[in-house]
Amino acid sequence: MSGVKMRIFRGDANGGELVDYTVPLDPGMVVLDVVHRVQATQAPDLAVRWNCKAGKCGSCSAEINGAPALMCMTRMDTFKEGEDVTVTPAKTFPVIRDLVTDVSFNYEVAKTIPAFKPKPKEADGTRRMYQEDVERVQEFHKCIECFLCQDVCHVIRDHDENKKVFAGPRLFVRLAALEMHPLDTNDRTELIRQKYGLGFCNITKCCTDVCPEHIHITDNAIIPLKERVVTGTYDPIGWALRRMRGTPD
Amino acid sequence: MTEDVTRHEYDVIVIGAGGAGLRAAIEASAMGVRTALICKSLLGKAHTVMAEGGIAAAMGNVWKEDNWKVHFRDTMRGGKLLNNWRMAQIHAQEAPERVLELEEWGALFDRTKDGLILQRDFGGHRYARLAHVGDRTGLEMIRTLQDHAVHKGIDVYMETTMYRLLREDGRISGAIGYDRQTGALVLFHAKAVILATGGVGKAWKITSNSWEYTGDGFGMALDVGADLIDMEMTQFHPTGMVAPTSVRGLLVTEGVRGDGGTLKNAAGERFMFKYVPEFFRAETADNEAEADRWYEDKRNNKRTPDLLPRDEVARAINAEVKAGRGSPHGGVFLDIASRRSPDYIRKRLPSMYHQFMQLAGVDITKTPMEVGPTLHYIMGGVRVDADSAQSTVPGLFAAGEVAAGLHGSNRLGGNSLSDLLVFGRRAGLYAAEYAKRLARMPLIDEAQVTKYTREITAPLERHLGENPYTLYAELQETMQDLVGIIRTESELQQAVVRIDALRARAGGAAVAGGRVYNPSWHLALDLQTLLLISEAVTRSALMREESRGGHTRDDFPKPDPAWGKKNVVTRKRAGQLELRTEPLPVIPEELQVLIGDDKPGAPVAVPVEAGKE
Repeated sequence: MSGVKMRIFRGDANGGELVDYTVPLDPGMVVLDVVHRVQATQAPDLAVRWNCKAGKCGSCSAEINGAPALMCMTRMDTFKEGEDVTVTPAKTFPVIRDLVTDVSFNYEVAKTIPAFKPKPKEADGTRRMYQEDVERVQEFHKCIECFLCQDVCHVIRDHDENKKVFAGPRLFVRLAALEMHPLDTNDRTELIRQKYGLGFCNITKCCTDVCPEHIHITDNAIIPLKERVVTGTYDPIGWALRRMRGTPD
Repeated sequence: MTEDVTRHEYDVIVIGAGGAGLRAAIEASAMGVRTALICKSLLGKAHTVMAEGGIAAAMGNVWKEDNWKVHFRDTMRGGKLLNNWRMAQIHAQEAPERVLELEEWGALFDRTKDGLILQRDFGGHRYARLAHVGDRTGLEMIRTLQDHAVHKGIDVYMETTMYRLLREDGRISGAIGYDRQTGALVLFHAKAVILATGGVGKAWKITSNSWEYTGDGFGMALDVGADLIDMEMTQFHPTGMVAPTSVRGLLVTEGVRGDGGTLKNAAGERFMFKYVPEFFRAETADNEAEADRWYEDKRNNKRTPDLLPRDEVARAINAEVKAGRGSPHGGVFLDIASRRSPDYIRKRLPSMYHQFMQLAGVDITKTPMEVGPTLHYIMGGVRVDADSAQSTVPGLFAAGEVAAGLHGSNRLGGNSLSDLLVFGRRAGLYAAEYAKRLARMPLIDEAQVTKYTREITAPLERHLGENPYTLYAELQETMQDLVGIIRTESELQQAVVRIDALRARAGGAAVAGGRVYNPSWHLALDLQTLLLISEAVTRSALMREESRGGHTRDDFPKPDPAWGKKNVVTRKRAGQLELRTEPLPVIPEELQVLIGDDKPGAPVAVPVEAGKE
């Protein structure tokens, strides 16, 4: 197989540019292999974040020809013969260097989500849950925190200021996993509406499209959460119950 | 120019945030001591995330006959009795509690029909014992621990690499390293350090390990005088991907065989029946019909040889390929397509399905996979006290892959995740107790700080010299070719010479660029550790003149009972590695009795539920 022209972003928080590298290809190579080859042979200080190279850790997120994707799961033979391949850092997050971005936003929001709080055990001391009851949440637990959904989501991708009021799809998946957990007793509905800004999502499903774990983020996490919020906030019986219990609106 | 070093103070610092590190930090923090968790990657990306098959724990949810004694026996036999018996006992006894604890923290394992945690078959385990979530158990475990930890007030320092440990006299006083994102030096002043840094798989070319596996913990421990044991004991997982070349080594879970997949050679023969060693003959089926019946009826059948311990299967695959009966890309076939329905395969093994579909263009519900051995794990490591996980250096603790003893000469699949939980917790507990007992904060020796600061920044001054990536590739080829599955004296000696030569060259490796997130700088530093630990592995392999578990010598092809009672101990003194042997701890009679139970008429199991999935 012949070489490919890679156009890779080199730079930092102060800016940068696309730099061209011509790289020979071997069969079966993925984008991350080619980036590593550039690193080993042409640009030793090229910064790239990666761990498993197996699609399991979600470290090597970037934009490949403008589309958010994992570098380790994007095969080079998916590009046309002679096509240039451009690799740039995730746009939603500030660049640290080259392809590495500062994703601390996601970790900061995660810290604020009220923790899992299980109900008491069964009388016999066990936890009984049935496969059909856990499957829904197991889908959310597939999330590898690659943050590609955060990257593609236009609410924060194009409006940095929204990060203060919008948690983003990854965190909605996390919230859905907690809210729909068969054992959890915490109620985060009000937080989801106000603090995490679920209402900003207008279900364009871009997040679902880029999810490498094929989690149905919009259909299975966000829309059911929206329904819960609506029920919790505008259902008059729910409102009356909260008033009686003295829990805040 | 004096270098600014950012300083932090804690009671306990944990280096490494995989399963062991997270569990240790949670425990230390729960003990009320100031705890920091330091990791080279982002939180939640550690190698634990790649674990697929499950967590071994004798909970008895599927086979009620299972209990800690059977798990203990399997672990000891799997390790060819080179294990630290006390660690194997503690591990088997405490694993079920640690799994249930994860459930309390939100983990959602696959379920049995009556709503309990489902357990799956795995190599070397007499009963279906692995709590699991499809084939992504490690992800479930690390995320559960991560989410639990972030709510416990533990300070987390991500993308921070620790370089050396500090000490006052012989006692630990902290650690120094650098922030990868900024390149700034950072020092943690601490009473106790827990190493949870994993292994050293990246010294080999074909490995299932992630970039982090550069042996940092071994290097740091050696440097402060701690003992390593049995560094020759490396595990080649029998089933890694072999094609295409760029994914060679990527793990194919043992769960494929646990769920019914079988190994075949180019002639379509189920070759494992030819490779059943005497040691396991009494408990292993000798024909296909019985092996197949065993999955559903363990009472009346012996187990399939496809699920022999990993060392046995890896050697068998190696032998088949050498004999010319391999697959087109130099592996063998792993076939589940002809044995289970597409729906079952996609449901039980979703990651494997996607991995092969996406990276190799192979549909595993239709076509057999091509697989071959891949360096996966090191059983050797930091010598620790079985109960407290403390090393031979006061204040230094170790848990998980970086620690040694539990697995003997070969680790059973599933025993790693349980190891992380059981001994991660113990390391956190005992490190916190140690910190509380300490009358005062140990002092920082500024001479050490100056020395290490200079060493860390030295590569940045070298702009002319060899490319560290080239040296790295040469080391990986050396270890792959000369310190692989089958070893021999002349090749091991050749490896020692090559490692020596590489070390001389690595000292002059050039670094391009500056401080901020500069992988060539990081690699130049990592290379020194990789070379040191490669030397420890190679020289330990030279010393052990027998074949046992993960260490196979062509020139000493059989296990030697005398060697079976010895650990190979590696120390660093005056900058040089020193090796010697020391006797293994003697197992008490009442536990020895449990291991000896390998006769054909041994107690057999009755399934709790028939026709489990």
